[in-house]
Amino acid sequence: MCGIVGLYAKTPSVSNQLGTHVAAMLVQMGERGPDSAGTAFYADGKGRSKVTIQHDDTAVLDDALQKLSAAFPVTTRSRGTHRVIESGENADAVAEWIAAHLPDVRIMSAGERIEIYKEKGHPREFVEQYALDDISGSHALAHTRMATESAITTSHSHPFSTGLDLCLVHNGSLSNHNRLRMQLEKTGIKFQTDNDSEVAAGYLTSRLMQGDSLRQALQAAIRDLDGFYTFAIGTRDGFAVLRDPIACKPAVLAETDDWVAMASEYRAIAQLPGADKARVWEPEPAQIYSWEAGQAA
Amino acid sequence: MKTFDLDHDSVRELNAHIHSASREQIAVDNAGGRHALAVGATDENEITINGNVGYYCAGMNQQASITINGHAGPGLAENMMSGSIRVTGDASQYCAATAHGGLVVIEGNASSRCGISMKGVNIVVRGNVGHMSAFMAQSGALVVCGDAGDALGDSIYEAHLYVRGKVASLGADCEEKPMDDEHRRELQQLLDSAGVTDMSVDDFTRYGSARKLYHFNIDNAGAY
Repeated sequence: MCGIVGLYAKTPSVSNQLGTHVAAMLVQMGERGPDSAGTAFYADGKGRSKVTIQHDDTAVLDDALQKLSAAFPVTTRSRGTHRVIESGENADAVAEWIAAHLPDVRIMSAGERIEIYKEKGHPREFVEQYALDDISGSHALAHTRMATESAITTSHSHPFSTGLDLCLVHNGSLSNHNRLRMQLEKTGIKFQTDNDSEVAAGYLTSRLMQGDSLRQALQAAIRDLDGFYTFAIGTRDGFAVLRDPIACKPAVLAETDDWVAMASEYRAIAQLPGADKARVWEPEPAQIYSWEAGQAA
Repeated sequence: MKTFDLDHDSVRELNAHIHSASREQIAVDNAGGRHALAVGATDENEITINGNVGYYCAGMNQQASITINGHAGPGLAENMMSGSIRVTGDASQYCAATAHGGLVVIEGNASSRCGISMKGVNIVVRGNVGHMSAFMAQSGALVVCGDAGDALGDSIYEAHLYVRGKVASLGADCEEKPMDDEHRRELQQLLDSAGVTDMSVDDFTRYGSARKLYHFNIDNAGAY
């Protein structure tokens, strides 16, 4: 098992309380995955790039931020074991500098809008520790993990970054991830763990780098990924949902005038205001559903 | 009438009451997608659940008549023995799996694996059913007033399938069969019991087992 939730705000009232809503949804999915939890929030960076880094040791983070400040004019924000670095530099350039000069810290996400926070432990502990209530933004994805095929660490937790402002959460298991990882590594994709979902993320990164649109990359994933999956993919302007053709792994979509939500189970969606009046449906197998800037596609 | 509000009362309290009640009317409000509601009923109670329900609602039902005013999550009416269940919305995957008897009516759509390994239950779906429905269906009837997804009736035994719309594809050993008078009668009875009054039995096609895979025969190896 594992639990996935996603929320897209159509109105300022939902947008202003994005963190509160996503936290409530995530905690409801705790029984589907008590091993780790993670979120990807998307909020306007106001023209500045964001790179989120993580390390368990505050001293390492403090040292990293000091070195970064010497290299770039940056502002930083702290949440749990994560630090969000905002700067006028291009996110790619900051991430590359960190990878080259600060090999100890993990880069969780990079882009104009995305901030990924994830940690091992029960989703309820995560929500308390990370105090998500003050987060506002346009949309978010979150994941609770029940580990089945690789270790329980923060690195093995979801969401996985798949490029600038892109991330992936996964409920399921892939069976051809080892061979696929080897093939992707040959094309220059780097992996931090032996986790199967990270391979799906790396696969999408690779397709997008080759010039695919997200929809084209997901179509190719239906062909190339073998296994069970419900994926939710966060993009700069929205999110997409895809289930494998056998569709054993659950997913529910719901929409009102105020929000679009997806979750592994309806009880997560039931936490949202107006859920009892929402249009609720189950996504079809092997169909790509996406929302961007309020438009269902 | 006894009412449970699941924002305040626990699922366990609800189910314990159902297990001890007899010929009662029981209402359940604020279902909120909770799991295992009204599971294991054994008496002729009339249970009305308001809101969408989560996994395994009305499992193992005997005799109770259960109405869900909303959508149902995966595993509705699993292994039901008797009684009746009506869902005003959609039902998620493997609805009425392995069910031995009674009637399940889905007024919306049922998704994949509807009636998988059904063993005597009757299922009437006003909308569509998803892929792999009636997989290894042994007895009982599945009526689909809309369309059926891929691999309908794969490895079917003796269940009767009636579909009004299109069938995306038939599963292994499932074939179209002629509608005789006995089948028309059975289908009419099923539509009547489900309260479907705006459809004619003449618009349905019957499907069932080609009976080639009951026993392993090397000549049929390609059909498995």
